[in-house]
Amino acid sequence: MALELINVAKSFYTEGNKNEIQVLKDISCVIEEGRFISITGPSGCGKTTLLRIIAGLEKTTRGRVILDGKDISHQSSRVGLVFQEYALFPWRTTLQNITMGLEIMGVPKQERVKAAMDYINMFGLKGFEHYYPHELSGGMQQRVAIARTLIMGPKIVLMDEPFASLDSQTRNDLQEFLLDLWQERKDTVLFVTHNVDEAVFLSDEIIVLSNRPATVVTRVSVDCPRPRDRTSFECNQIRKRVLETLRELRRDGGRIDK
Amino acid sequence: MKLDRYILPVSLILTWQLLSYFKVLPGYLLPSPLKILAGFRDLLITGMPPHHLLYNHVRYSLYRVALGFSMACLVGIPLGVLMGWSSRLRTMISPIIEMIRPIPPLAWIPIAILWFGIGIKSAAFIIFLGSFFPILLNTISGVLSVNNIFLEAARTLNASERDIFFKVLIPGSIPSIFVGMKIGMGIGWMTLVAAEFTGVKEGYGLGYMIMTARDIQRPDEIIAGMFVIGAIGLLINYALASCESKILRWR
Repeated sequence: MALELINVAKSFYTEGNKNEIQVLKDISCVIEEGRFISITGPSGCGKTTLLRIIAGLEKTTRGRVILDGKDISHQSSRVGLVFQEYALFPWRTTLQNITMGLEIMGVPKQERVKAAMDYINMFGLKGFEHYYPHELSGGMQQRVAIARTLIMGPKIVLMDEPFASLDSQTRNDLQEFLLDLWQERKDTVLFVTHNVDEAVFLSDEIIVLSNRPATVVTRVSVDCPRPRDRTSFECNQIRKRVLETLRELRRDGGRIDK
Repeated sequence: MKLDRYILPVSLILTWQLLSYFKVLPGYLLPSPLKILAGFRDLLITGMPPHHLLYNHVRYSLYRVALGFSMACLVGIPLGVLMGWSSRLRTMISPIIEMIRPIPPLAWIPIAILWFGIGIKSAAFIIFLGSFFPILLNTISGVLSVNNIFLEAARTLNASERDIFFKVLIPGSIPSIFVGMKIGMGIGWMTLVAAEFTGVKEGYGLGYMIMTARDIQRPDEIIAGMFVIGAIGLLINYALASCESKILRWR
């Protein structure tokens, strides 16, 4: 058992604690080790907030987050987060971005460069070691960001709509790249996406959250054999189920416009 | 067209020369361009006052600016980074800054002379005041403008507050620090010339030089000196900008 969320609730307060905005109502679930789990739900439902809580960037209002038996609700720990906007440090090259975490850990320079070079080769970034983020394409930037996270050997990899701002070709490439990587390493992945096709193609299971304040509506097992064909009958059936659930949620909660 | 840049300046200078030649412009107020060129030659060879060569005036002025400017960087950048980092420090120090900042650097000259006497220390102090505030304020806003997502990315890599300070806030605010340094240098250079009007102990300085030229009615040397002051300002700015583009290759 890798990650357990127990009655996680989160509210934000505005105007000196007068207005409470409840984002997460009550989220409980278990994410087993080595699984690829997607989280989806209506827009603005708090998917990102949930990831940020697990990453230790936000505190829970109630409830606990347990990772490998340890409560991490109030501290960050060995959890990796890949941001939608890549969040690469613009003043650092590819190599320096990937080694940032090791540098913070105090790994000697030679060792961390060696480790990073392995990732650079594996991630198809060879020849771009000394490029700055603005000199790389979006797809490459996101690969650097994934490498920067994975090199730390996190217990769980959180991904917040990591491919949302890429064009569809690049997105497909990166999805396949991520799957190959995952099948080799068997990381535990928690992947937030609003793209149902993506969720079905990638995950073992899809967690659907409700409108805000969010609870878990349903967990859909994706029992298609891998490697998957995006257009196969089974995939389409599951896609249909998830889409229908989301449509119902929209009807129930009304559209939440931001 | 590249030539377009030169059409107006060249025709202006030609007109100016012609007007001077036909005595439309009074030479004792505005000498002709050729006269000014001759004045420039005199500054180089004879010096103003005699034996005080242009080269040495430039050297002394640059030295004063370098001293005041580097002091302003040495104090302004670290203080700015700290003030950007800690909102408490910012709240504590900002009122004092806001009280002192509107006082023009030149208004400090009398008290500077009282404190430091006439000489390099006074001049450097005035430059310091001119450069300090733009450097400080731009550094603070640089730190504040570092995107929160970089802090969060660092936190997810287990960065401590110390790591965030040195590896995120400082590199992230360097572009803004450079803006402050360029503005500070510009103001410092302008302030210097004015500060030298009030007298210099060493007998050298570009501001002192053009005031001396006025005392003995040499408008050609005054204007030549003004052009030298402008050209050096331009060169310093150019040097800083090329440093900037080298250091900020990542932008």
